[in-house]
Amino acid sequence: MAVNTAKLNSGELSLKSVSLWQITMHRLLRRKSAMVGVFILGALIFIAFTAHWLAPYDPTKSMLDIKDYPSEYAKKRLDPCIHALGCPAEQPQHLLGLDGNIRDEFSRLLYGARLSLMVGFATVTFAIIIGTILGAVAGYFGGWIDNIIMRVMDVLLAFPSLLLAIAIVTVLGAGLINALLAIGIVSIPAYARVMRASVLSIREMDYVSATRALGGSNLQILFRRILPNALTPLIVQGTLGIASAILDAAALSFLGLGAQPPTPEWGAMLGAERNQVFTAPHLVFYPGLMIMLTVLCFNLIGDGLRDALDPRLAHVS
Amino acid sequence: MTTYILRRLLLSIPVLLGILFATFVLARVIPGDPCRAALGEKANKTVCDEFMRRHGLDRPIPVQFGVYINEMAHGDFGKSFRFSKTVNELMIERLPITIELSICALLVSILIGIPLGVISAVKHNTWLDVVTMLWANIGVSMPVFWLGLLLAYIFSLTLKGTPFQLPPSGRLSPGLLTDPFMEVWGIKLTEGTTLATFSEFISRMNILNALLSANWKTFKDAVQHIILPSVALGTIPMALIARMTRSAMLDVLGQDYIRTARAKGLRQKAVILKHAFRNALLPIVTVIGLSLGGLLGGAILTETIFNLSGVGRILYEGITARDYGIVQGFTLVIAVFFVFINLLVDISYAYLDPRIRVN
Repeated sequence: MAVNTAKLNSGELSLKSVSLWQITMHRLLRRKSAMVGVFILGALIFIAFTAHWLAPYDPTKSMLDIKDYPSEYAKKRLDPCIHALGCPAEQPQHLLGLDGNIRDEFSRLLYGARLSLMVGFATVTFAIIIGTILGAVAGYFGGWIDNIIMRVMDVLLAFPSLLLAIAIVTVLGAGLINALLAIGIVSIPAYARVMRASVLSIREMDYVSATRALGGSNLQILFRRILPNALTPLIVQGTLGIASAILDAAALSFLGLGAQPPTPEWGAMLGAERNQVFTAPHLVFYPGLMIMLTVLCFNLIGDGLRDALDPRLAHVS
Repeated sequence: MTTYILRRLLLSIPVLLGILFATFVLARVIPGDPCRAALGEKANKTVCDEFMRRHGLDRPIPVQFGVYINEMAHGDFGKSFRFSKTVNELMIERLPITIELSICALLVSILIGIPLGVISAVKHNTWLDVVTMLWANIGVSMPVFWLGLLLAYIFSLTLKGTPFQLPPSGRLSPGLLTDPFMEVWGIKLTEGTTLATFSEFISRMNILNALLSANWKTFKDAVQHIILPSVALGTIPMALIARMTRSAMLDVLGQDYIRTARAKGLRQKAVILKHAFRNALLPIVTVIGLSLGGLLGGAILTETIFNLSGVGRILYEGITARDYGIVQGFTLVIAVFFVFINLLVDISYAYLDPRIRVN
């Protein structure tokens, strides 16, 4: 989609074509909160890609299984030891201490970034694909197809998302992949609704009627004319959806239904040590902080994108 | 207005039927053997056959569905395998705890969220606005279970010995008696009557029961115990409400009639509360309604952390232990509650915005 903007340049009128995405990016870059989100996301992606270089230890290995590791320091839930802050030099450095299974908490935290980002992107991609198809078909064809699809979506929406996800995971069996699938299924109605609403407004546009008059098939109209023009609200919904998918996945893992030990997943790490909050608070604090920061960055970017794509707010930037 | 409500009620029927079907299927597709989940792995075939027969689980699925629909229509939610109690009895035990928690959490979120949003909108682009919205963004991103644990750590360990110390778990301090308010009033009700059931339900809400029986010691203890779970559960809705209030108020404050009201010489307070806030209420009500649904999901986590025996906890345990009765009954009640809340939100729309009624 392109927008023509008139620019008065040294007395003559010049026309410059600017795409919607250029405008959006320009507006997004001017939003400080969204930029904070982009910065945090950048840092998380960097950590996720370089975790195997940055992590000092194997995230799933106990210190007892590491050769030459001084056994007197291989203790459960050992406090952080930072040499620069006065920890004795003979004690191995552990920036965030050891967990209940004598594993390096810092290494586990770094590897956790991979899982959380993967969870967020995978579930939302799954939900967007299925939700978009269902919503588009419902909106485009209308009638009984629309009624059936949307009533099923209504029923899915009638359950609290976490409860439904717990039920689905119980049916499929506990595990990270099943948790992803459950959260994906639970998120489908939101995308189906957004897509249906967009399709309903777009299908009456002149250019759609023109394609139909030229003999375009239903599939051609739906996928080549309507879908590309209905993507904007989906992108906003998807970004915010990643945030809630990460939160739900962490909650499922916290309850023992998501990632299974020894997978370094933040929710599972928190869940495993939750009864130690009074004796080893650092094992509860840092995984939770990482979840919060990850969710926060997607929320900030999602909000920024929504504002940037909203023509009513154009005057603000 | 009546026609509008009736139409909305009618539209809810297919969804309710769908929910009935979904809860039945949900309970049946959970893998595993309900007999061994209830009686233990060592239960032999004869015992299990008898168990299945007694609970009607040996009948064909369509027959079981018919029985289920019939029971639901009579308000009978069946039996729990594990507790040897009817689901109705368990509901009277557990629902009041979750309802009390949800109301307190909603109060926290509304009483803090709306003023924060209004202040943020009125002081738009000041440091107050930035700080409030930063807090709201952090609040929305906060995992409930993490916040709960942090609150428990801060208020029961770090602040131990100060007036701000709060209990980290449970509903009442051990040894504290809670006589039902009807007994305190000296009224004896016949067991099994609707009034007796209702009064038992109410008396299980500790704060309300203590208030009705003027037991101030228990009242104080019950309030102290519910503060941390309510804050943990109410933080996300609070942040959502604050954000929505801010954006709705900003939208309204830019309208011409607000300028007119100001030009007429009305005081700032009157402009904001009477002219702007009332018109910004519509999206705020939507968010509050939607948050109520989220509260029930969050209740599962909050109740686990704070050791509260409410609906969230029993449902989670019921799903993992394949207790069909509990899964069906409680899921159905929650889903119907959801539909009912959505209906209320729609009706409040029509009340707040007369244009919706006309259309």
